[in-house]
Amino acid sequence: MAQLEIRNVTRRFGDFVAVDNVSLNIEAGEFFTLLGPSGCGKTTLLRMIAGFDVPDSGQILLDGKDLADTPPEKRPIHTVFQSYALFPHLTVARNITFSLKMARCAHSEISARLQQSLDQMRLAGQADKYPNELSGGQKQRVALARALINRPRLLLLDESLAALDAKLREEVQVELINLQRDVGITFVFVTHAQTEALALSHRIAVMNLGRLEQVDEPSKLYGFPRNRFVADFIGHINQLDARVLESAHSHLHLSVAGAGDIIAPPLISAAPGQNGTFSIRPEQVRIGVHNELVELKNHFSGMVQSVLYQGDVSVYRVKFADGVTIEALLPNSAPGRAQLFEVGDMVKVGWRHDAGIFFDD
Amino acid sequence: MYSRIGRCGAGLWAAALTVYVFLYLPLAIVVAYSFNDSRLNAEWTGFTWHWYQVLLHDEDMLIAAGNSLFIALVSSLISTVLGTMAGIAIYRYDFKVLNFMVMTPVAMPEILLGVSLLLFYIQVLNLTLGMLSIVLAHVAFSIGFVAIVVRAGLAALDVSIFEAARDLGASPWQTFRHVTYPLILPGMIAGGLMAFTLSIDDFVITFFTAGVGVQTLPLHIYSMIKTTVTPEVNAVSTLLMLLTLTLILAAARFAPDLLKGKY
Repeated sequence: MAQLEIRNVTRRFGDFVAVDNVSLNIEAGEFFTLLGPSGCGKTTLLRMIAGFDVPDSGQILLDGKDLADTPPEKRPIHTVFQSYALFPHLTVARNITFSLKMARCAHSEISARLQQSLDQMRLAGQADKYPNELSGGQKQRVALARALINRPRLLLLDESLAALDAKLREEVQVELINLQRDVGITFVFVTHAQTEALALSHRIAVMNLGRLEQVDEPSKLYGFPRNRFVADFIGHINQLDARVLESAHSHLHLSVAGAGDIIAPPLISAAPGQNGTFSIRPEQVRIGVHNELVELKNHFSGMVQSVLYQGDVSVYRVKFADGVTIEALLPNSAPGRAQLFEVGDMVKVGWRHDAGIFFDD
Repeated sequence: MYSRIGRCGAGLWAAALTVYVFLYLPLAIVVAYSFNDSRLNAEWTGFTWHWYQVLLHDEDMLIAAGNSLFIALVSSLISTVLGTMAGIAIYRYDFKVLNFMVMTPVAMPEILLGVSLLLFYIQVLNLTLGMLSIVLAHVAFSIGFVAIVVRAGLAALDVSIFEAARDLGASPWQTFRHVTYPLILPGMIAGGLMAFTLSIDDFVITFFTAGVGVQTLPLHIYSMIKTTVTPEVNAVSTLLMLLTLTLILAAARFAPDLLKGKY
């Protein structure tokens, strides 16, 4: 039995369907992420789990028990809010111990658990400060400490890293992974940032327009997106118009507009004559001078249209005939690299026959 | 460039100074002549505490002052409680009519409020005018002021802290007791002090709702002026001014914390 079961949950606001018949199982100890663009329904779903919103239909079960009649204060579920929602009139210590005080715990127990929590979250010197005296990272740790101190069954994190600057966010991501492993509590994380989702999660549910598009491990989502939305939302991907010439068990034979004929991984449902999209990640596309790539089944000639130097990598945009372009991502790591391409260079572009995906939608 | 700004600045300073002279000179004259050793407010003849001594022995004046203090205290306490509830309700519920109903008395001309309350008391409630009717009237017009200050305090807070409290196991009552109340307390105090100030020097509404039995300080001062203006009026006005100023400063001390978002 999954720890959290979401069964056919739907939530409407007037004519707008925020969450549309979503079913989902989250296992105990999992770091689970709800990922999607803003307005996709992920926050509404999170609020229904917390108890701040109620499904129009469907059920939410925690450890097999329906939560429908349990108000938020009675659920063993705590939330780390996007704004952290620290109580401005209480010190760090009193913020962290708020839930224990509400539950009327004994003073001795409160102070013992506080000490433990302050040590764990590296907040030892901050106990008597007020939230407005803390840095962004400290506020976030106080919010986490406050939500974890009475060991909830489930911790919900609502865009909890969004308020931190980029450098700090990377540090906090690592801390968050370690923390989740140490406390062993199930985390449900909501974000619109796909890099965060990929870095943190055991599993990710990609949401769009209130529906689940795909629920999978990060590497599966990235490598084997189920549809064009997921492919496009997770990372960058080239999308080229293509037509099926031949559909075999071992491969697809496609005609890609502007480039030519290619061999692609098989798709059972594809039939000759069908139109669709061939999608391939920029890092799977290789660029070389004329003779380097001939061993690849798929290779074409093109002209470098633009180069985006990003330090660790460069993104090359190569133009084929008919104005069709493809992006290729090349690492800049090779020491004393002989050949860097420049705008206007004629190059060969190629990729392996087992790279990329054909979507018939 | 700089000189132009300087000249422009000088012009603004002059304008500001003129405004302040018009505002404060009459007040300064009232205060100064309360110490004047003459029955007339015409020329300065010497310094004296005499008019304050007269004031202390003027029984009618003392009764009126007592009434005013009592009315201000009771009405400000009641309107603080009711105004706080109204402020929270307006903040919490998206119910435009409520907002309109609470705020209207603030903008309503006092004379209209006075007349309508008078008619309401006499014709509808059949109430004998006196202390009770004055207190009710003062509560009616000061609730809106308290509600505005309390709501402004709430609006400056992060909405999610109330959800955070419930999320962490606080019942609705515990959420109010441990989160909402301590955060709006400065606003409540500021609003209450405003209500007290408004009540103690209110003339128009009190005039209509006082009847014949009860005299408040502003009503008494008015009746004194109708006959003869002695510096005793200056003395009592000075004291009233001092009290009001103290209360406004006290209210401002509580309010800015809230408005600056110190919390």
